[in-house]
Amino acid sequence: MLYCAGSLCTLLAGAAELRIGLSADVTTMDPHFVAAQPNLTVQMHVFDGLVRIDERGRVIPGIAASWSTPDPLTWEVKLRPGVRFHDGAELTAEDVAYSLERPLAIKGSPGGFATYIKPITGKQIVDRHTIRLKTATPYGPLMQDLAHVLIVSKRVAAQASSEDFDSGKAAIGTGPYKLVKFARGDRVQLARHDAYWGERPEWDAVTLRILPSDPVRTAALLSGDLDAIENVPTADLPRLRKSPAHRLAQTVSWRTILLHMDQYRVPPPGVTDKAGKPLATNPFKDVRVRQALSKAINRQAIVEHIMEGLAVAAGNVVSPSVIGHDPNVKPEGYDPEGAKKLLADAGYPAGFTITLSAPNNRYINDEQVAQAAAQMFSRIGVTTRVEAIPLSVYLGKARNQEFGVALLGWGSLASDLALRSLAATPNPEKGYGTWNWAHYSNPTLDKLIEQSLATVDPARRETAARAASAFAAREVVFIPLHYQIVSWAMKRTLDYAARTDEFTFAHQFRSVAK
Amino acid sequence: MLIYLIRRLAQSALVLFVMSALVFLGVYAIGNPVDILINPQADQAEIARATAALGLDQPLVVQYRNFLVSAFGGELGRSFASNVPAVDLILQRMPATIELAFTAMIIAIVLGLPLGLWAGLWPDSASAKAIMAGSILGFSLPTFWVGLMLIMVFSVWLGWLPPTGRGQTVNVLGIDLSLFTWDGLRHLFMPALNLALFKLALLIRLTRAGTREAMVQDYVRFARAKGVSERRIVRVHVLKNIMIPIVTVIGLEFGSVLAFAIVTETIFAWPGMGKLLIDSINVLDRPVIVAYLMIIVFVFIFINLIVDLLYTALDPRVRLGGARA
Repeated sequence: MLYCAGSLCTLLAGAAELRIGLSADVTTMDPHFVAAQPNLTVQMHVFDGLVRIDERGRVIPGIAASWSTPDPLTWEVKLRPGVRFHDGAELTAEDVAYSLERPLAIKGSPGGFATYIKPITGKQIVDRHTIRLKTATPYGPLMQDLAHVLIVSKRVAAQASSEDFDSGKAAIGTGPYKLVKFARGDRVQLARHDAYWGERPEWDAVTLRILPSDPVRTAALLSGDLDAIENVPTADLPRLRKSPAHRLAQTVSWRTILLHMDQYRVPPPGVTDKAGKPLATNPFKDVRVRQALSKAINRQAIVEHIMEGLAVAAGNVVSPSVIGHDPNVKPEGYDPEGAKKLLADAGYPAGFTITLSAPNNRYINDEQVAQAAAQMFSRIGVTTRVEAIPLSVYLGKARNQEFGVALLGWGSLASDLALRSLAATPNPEKGYGTWNWAHYSNPTLDKLIEQSLATVDPARRETAARAASAFAAREVVFIPLHYQIVSWAMKRTLDYAARTDEFTFAHQFRSVAK
Repeated sequence: MLIYLIRRLAQSALVLFVMSALVFLGVYAIGNPVDILINPQADQAEIARATAALGLDQPLVVQYRNFLVSAFGGELGRSFASNVPAVDLILQRMPATIELAFTAMIIAIVLGLPLGLWAGLWPDSASAKAIMAGSILGFSLPTFWVGLMLIMVFSVWLGWLPPTGRGQTVNVLGIDLSLFTWDGLRHLFMPALNLALFKLALLIRLTRAGTREAMVQDYVRFARAKGVSERRIVRVHVLKNIMIPIVTVIGLEFGSVLAFAIVTETIFAWPGMGKLLIDSINVLDRPVIVAYLMIIVFVFIFINLIVDLLYTALDPRVRLGGARA
């Protein structure tokens, strides 16, 4: 009973409370205003999506008990009967149809949901608990995408503003918790929804504290003010690992850290010969140069020394548990001699000079990773200068195409989705290649991505997505460095099934014997 | 007096106008909020739609003109990230910051004046030297470090005080305040002390210097010769005379504490305006950043005005310009 404070004592007293420290600010409780992970984390306590994502990043049934595709253009979704909103009303197909339209109707919203719901060209309510969704072309990731579009009550939300969601008046969902209070920038208080359709959550009351500052989050856990925290700061991991009063939960995150190489401009920005004169060619257009740079990277060294074990060397575009990860694609081995030979074969025996751009406040040790990669490139004769800048400036520059070689982290639930953004030929009409900073363009890869996305059968889509991954890896469209490892820390009396998509859900924390 | 006030207000309006233009330009130059707010999986059409929805597809001049037009109507824009009027966001968070700044200033004044006076009256005593040495620490230790140390000592090791956040609030005249609950005070103590340290050191030094200067003035000697008690000399003759610079500094410092409690608020996760500003800068939420700075400029102008008015009360020789005496 040495640690009889906080949750354990309240547990004994009969009312279990859980207090979790979140690492990012939550801007609104309106689930359709902006598709941002910190917001969704909190909103998913209050609202359900049609389906849920399990801790490995795979789709599992949610308020949709099952779904089928009678033909490749039709998704028939069967809702779980008897699902109740927090106000007692029963969830019907009407609510679902409404929720799949509402995001587009909000004025002045940065949105981000259109990507998920635009493939749906028609909705047909078959009965109270059945809805048919039509797509114009076959689209495999539909249910996966819809996990992020939360279902609101049509009756309540129809006249509600975003402020009504913040105040709790309209924050009526079917989720495991009811919103008690949203104190912006401070905390979110939740109470258990007793009529929840799913497994009854262990905690009567939950407080989600907003603590973006790293040392503060750890201190709050150590002092017993919190029961658990997400995104454990790297510097505090060794201490918490040793602490007898705490437990860590870790898994490989969906976030792949990779390097884009400009493959369309001559010469690419920041790329010169050793004397500082612009090159007459774009070296990255040659696959041998891209391979050489990939071979120059000692991924194991980065994982061990820079990431302090908080990463796994990467070869695929998506991490191991995600759809389309091809287990046959291994991380490129460290081979500086081979790299030099490839460079010489490609016509750059003396190497050249590049600028590697990276954000310095986004990914785990992002600037140090870029510095390490720069040293490794320099060793094979590609002299590299690192330019590390804050994310808010970084993304603007990337959008203006100011980078030659640039670091990016990408979290995705499927390789075809990731490649659509990262590697498909940029095409605004199809919505392809939005983050293809390299302007890599290859009809074969485009076709593989398109085929995979158009496969509605999950098993066949897995195969197609793997083929696309393997092709991208063979072509070294970009250089995957590592998959990050994501960490939670909590009291010894708790446990959490670490999620690859990095979400933190109070209802998935369990109490365990010490 | 009236002319003086009118002139001050006109100046203020000009400052606000210049400020808004600078901030608008500055935030525009940093980057595009859509890049940060948008869902990474979004396609080009979705990005274009979001850009248009936030009005960012217009040329900067047009955006600024629209802003000015609505600002004259009292509407400083809606937050890009929260879909709430920016001013509402700031006003929601203001009580927490004012409460923190107010408590910090009280700590600084209640401790700083007597300590400074003591050090000024008996400058050679060991206690005075200890006070002065302490005040140097107050000046030179960085706020964030002191804050973290406070948390480590009082929360993690001793477990006496909660490390972060704001305690339970009660509604007083429509404003949520945590000053009146035990839980609230326990949460408030460390951040307030952290914020007060620098001001405390400043007040000690200022009071000490003023006291030492006043003690050798003719009027003090004369009072002594007259047989006035030492206690009365200090209270009436010394304190009253050294108050003018101190009031000025307290006034200005209150403004700066309000505006720049950011570091303390970030460390202690205090849900005030400063933390809002940091969170807003992180997502380039321009309406909130602009509105915040406008409100801060306004607060500074207002405090300066109060300080000027207080002078006339403290020192009858001070006349405010415009009266053309």
